[in-house]
Amino acid sequence: MPAHDVLIIGAGLAGQRAALAAADAGASVAILSKVHPVRSHSVAAAGGINAALNPGDSWESHAYDTVKGSDYLGDQDAIEIMCREAPDEILHLEHIGVTFHRSDTGHLGTRAFGGASAARTYYVADITGQAILHVLYEQLMKHHETVDRYEEWFTTTLLQDDDGHCIGAVARNIRDGRLEVFDAKSVILASGGAGQVFKPTTNALICTGDGIAQAYRIGAPLMDMEMIQYHPTTLAENGFLITEGARGEGAHLYNALGERFMEKYAPNKLELASRDVVSRAEQTEINEGRGFPDGTIALDITRVPRKRTLEALREIVNIGRDFAGVDITREPIHIRPGMHYIMGGVRTDVDGQTPIPGLYAAGEVACVSVHGGNRLGANSLLDTLIFGRRSGEHAAHRARGVAMPKTSSRRLADVAAEIDEIIRRENTGGRRISEIKDELGETMNRYVAVYRDAEGLARAHEIVRRLKAEAPTAAIDDKGTVFNQDVLGAIELGYMLDVAEAIVVAAQERKESRGAQFRTDFPERNDAEWLHHITISRNGDGVPEKGTAPVRFTQWEPQERTY
Amino acid sequence: MAEYTLKLRRYNPESGEAPFWEEFQIELEPHRSVLEGILKVKAEIDGSVGIRCSCRAAICGSCGVRINGRAGLACHTHLGHAADSGVHADGRTITVEPMGNMPILKDLIVDMDAVHWKKIQRVTPWLINKEPVPEREYIVPHENMVDVTQTMACIQCGACVSDCLSMEVDPLFVGPAASARAYRFVGDPRDAEQYERVKDLAEDRHGIYDCTHCFNCIEACPKGVAPMSQIMRLRRVAGADHGIVDRNNGHRHEQAFVTLVKEGGLLHEAELLPRSYGGDSWFGKFHPAAGQELLSSLPVITTALLRGKVTPKGVLAPHKLPKDALAAVQAITEKVERRRPRNELNLYITGYDDSPGAGDGDVHPLAADGDAMTSAPGPNPHRPTSASESESA
Ligand SMILES: Cc1cc2nc3c(=O)[nH]c(=O)nc-3n(C[C@H](O)[C@H](O)[C@H](O)COP(=O)(O)OP(=O)(O)OC[C@H]3O[C@@H](n4cnc5c(N)ncnc54)[C@H](O)[C@@H]3O)c2cc1C
Ligand code: SF4
Ligand code: SF4
Ligand code: FES
Repeated sequence: MPAHDVLIIGAGLAGQRAALAAADAGASVAILSKVHPVRSHSVAAAGGINAALNPGDSWESHAYDTVKGSDYLGDQDAIEIMCREAPDEILHLEHIGVTFHRSDTGHLGTRAFGGASAARTYYVADITGQAILHVLYEQLMKHHETVDRYEEWFTTTLLQDDDGHCIGAVARNIRDGRLEVFDAKSVILASGGAGQVFKPTTNALICTGDGIAQAYRIGAPLMDMEMIQYHPTTLAENGFLITEGARGEGAHLYNALGERFMEKYAPNKLELASRDVVSRAEQTEINEGRGFPDGTIALDITRVPRKRTLEALREIVNIGRDFAGVDITREPIHIRPGMHYIMGGVRTDVDGQTPIPGLYAAGEVACVSVHGGNRLGANSLLDTLIFGRRSGEHAAHRARGVAMPKTSSRRLADVAAEIDEIIRRENTGGRRISEIKDELGETMNRYVAVYRDAEGLARAHEIVRRLKAEAPTAAIDDKGTVFNQDVLGAIELGYMLDVAEAIVVAAQERKESRGAQFRTDFPERNDAEWLHHITISRNGDGVPEKGTAPVRFTQWEPQERTY
Repeated sequence: MAEYTLKLRRYNPESGEAPFWEEFQIELEPHRSVLEGILKVKAEIDGSVGIRCSCRAAICGSCGVRINGRAGLACHTHLGHAADSGVHADGRTITVEPMGNMPILKDLIVDMDAVHWKKIQRVTPWLINKEPVPEREYIVPHENMVDVTQTMACIQCGACVSDCLSMEVDPLFVGPAASARAYRFVGDPRDAEQYERVKDLAEDRHGIYDCTHCFNCIEACPKGVAPMSQIMRLRRVAGADHGIVDRNNGHRHEQAFVTLVKEGGLLHEAELLPRSYGGDSWFGKFHPAAGQELLSSLPVITTALLRGKVTPKGVLAPHKLPKDALAAVQAITEKVERRRPRNELNLYITGYDDSPGAGDGDVHPLAADGDAMTSAPGPNPHRPTSASESESA
């Protein structure tokens, strides 16, 4: 039975950064992931990572842009920490080997990104996430003596002692079906986002909100769950992302009439306004009949010099060619807003601590909240690294004063019984897991998207409740132990339904329009009544409980938001 | 919509049965991927089919398989294209089986740790910093960072490892992916141990000189990493920059070819061997190493003489070229040698210019189709040429 000072669940950027930081602080560390670490979804991050590192730039400017981008819902103390620590984090990455692209003078080069008042996005072509993730994994290989890696292990349950402290987790070895208790003095959740709750999404198949639901199930409150980011440029058919880097390099948006419509909506920043603003502008054009017949808008990258496109946007040249049949260096590509990111998550403080002692969260699974109502492009990678590191350090220190906990084997038997129940279910002609998942995704994408209203949200909630009742009866085909992906799919569906309900309930609760939440029935931002976070806590099997948390201000008063 | 027959290789280690083929019928548009086809099978027909997958967009490296016998990513291969190529090529049937050179765990899932990741570990896959580490960033040329980005682009899918011919013969061969990984550090000006790295890989019996130039890895790679080209570059760094004598004497052999053609306009076979082993000049044959090699090669030489492939006269007198032809050959050699050293084109440095109206003619072959979606299944007549062109560019 493995026992470690710090157990990290998830090996994307947040998890790997946390593992390296905790090991560096002297802790014994285990890092566990349901896919091989380099397959984590961080690998897909294309555009880059923000930091005010140039002499002419300042962390205050970065922080202000982030606060404004968040529509004043971000917690300013956390945002200050993130932006202040960003330059050192970039330099650290550079030193351990990330191949950041350079300027003509050989210094780190930057590109422009949306919602930012300076070009402060550092990048490796358009494989930034991949480059950083693979370099962190190099470091994990280097430090294999201090960090134990459990690759292809699936966490099902977080464990608590009688006082409510989090003391480990139960996980299943995907390769042979073996269940194991992982004892730990501190646990860091770094299990990423929940994009699969929507269909289509830019997110990978593994982004099923596991950690959000696992924390929620042991009583951790979720926060800002209504804030779902729709990215302005995704492919219509399959939801694949065209990075914001394209607009950063100079690409324009046109409607079917050939108008550069962003001139109307954001006369100063145009295509590089905040994502919520650009996505809404596109959706308005489409809804008012100025989109293309397939419900899309044109993104014109041909304006960017070809050599530059091939050097800096190569991945989307490939995506255009392979998945849309378009040569983006020669013709515009059709796009539309698509689900991309969840600003909300498990509520934490600036050291990653959740209200449950011993449980930390970092990365997309967490809500610090640095993104508030809307995340700026290239701020998420930063979020994962800064708060991953801070969680790792804090958890390692905390572990020093704590004895190694011990979980009774009864808990293991409980989890084993739950999994056996799924495997043994008889097929009684009910719907398949995949059908339930599809209905969930389509429902969310229909009613909980760029524009929302009370009626649609109520409908969505009704459907989610129905699916929640149906899911526990769906049978699976695979009865084996080796790589039983079927049973994992059934467990993930349960997580997704919990996350979906939290999203819908929070969206119903916020009766105003702020950031990514636009209510057509409450189209104005209403600071007097709604300038606070909404929290969601589990309430047995009933409708989740709603609460509030104050927004923490330091130096920026809410203002009207124009770009 | 079109109908496809997915013929999947199944294996369940718990059943005690041998692997077998199972066919599934699906309907999807031809431009959907083979992965989408398999996911449809899982969703609608049989959830127990095992395949690793996550991103669906050729970026996570999970879904390496063999489609119609050739390695590639399931998510990066169009159904329509796969059905039109391969053994069946009947516009309908597509075979999918696990990758080669690695043990199979279940259905389409192989044990990458046992082979691929072990080899990656072998090349000390982390940066060994040049000291002192600067307070801010290392100042390095943009071109170098763009250059190593080609190998950074490797998604560790294992497709190249699956189809590597040398690895089939010598399982200990360091292999294409790990070699490409090695170049990522060898080409990085921030790394302190370029010499040690290439020396290690050149002198290892299963190192970079174990590759037979079969091009399979270049064809299999979905990301245009061109592992074989990276191996060639490692060899050049080892031989030309550091003068490392490899076990097979490959670098000197290559040098000897070049010098002989430069001097005489044509190859002089009898000089080739002594020069490769002794030294790259007329005196090379007097070096003891050359004598030794000559001795050990005697059986081959005798057979050649007996079969009339080599004549005693040919051994002694080189082939002759007319003067003007020789001058032309030497002019070419000079021109090539005057070029900046190893100014190689790669994925990211494409040699494009932005002159208006630049037609397809200026498209560098690798950039044009080096990692097109057609990669996995079916023959693609352009590929070997494009790869070799990039190699010599
Ligand atoms: C297409 C795309 C492009 C993006 N581009 C950018 C960009 O340019 N800049 C930017 O800043 N952000 C970008 N983002 C957002 C950013 O990539 C993500 O928010 C971020 O990478 C999340 O990292 P993470 O470490 O929190 O989680 P992930 O990288 O998603 O990792 C989650 C980890 O948890 C593990 N896990 C999950 N559940 C379990 C379980 N039950 N048991 C065990 N392990 C589990 C997974 O295996 C994985 O290792 C992009 C996102 C997408 C989808
Ligand atoms: S070219 Fe070399 S490395 Fe590549 S597949 Fe062939 S033998 Fe293997
Ligand atoms: S070099 Fe290419 S084929 Fe080989 S592992 Fe990397 S991406 Fe895959
Ligand atoms: S699913 Fe990620 S590479 Fe195919």
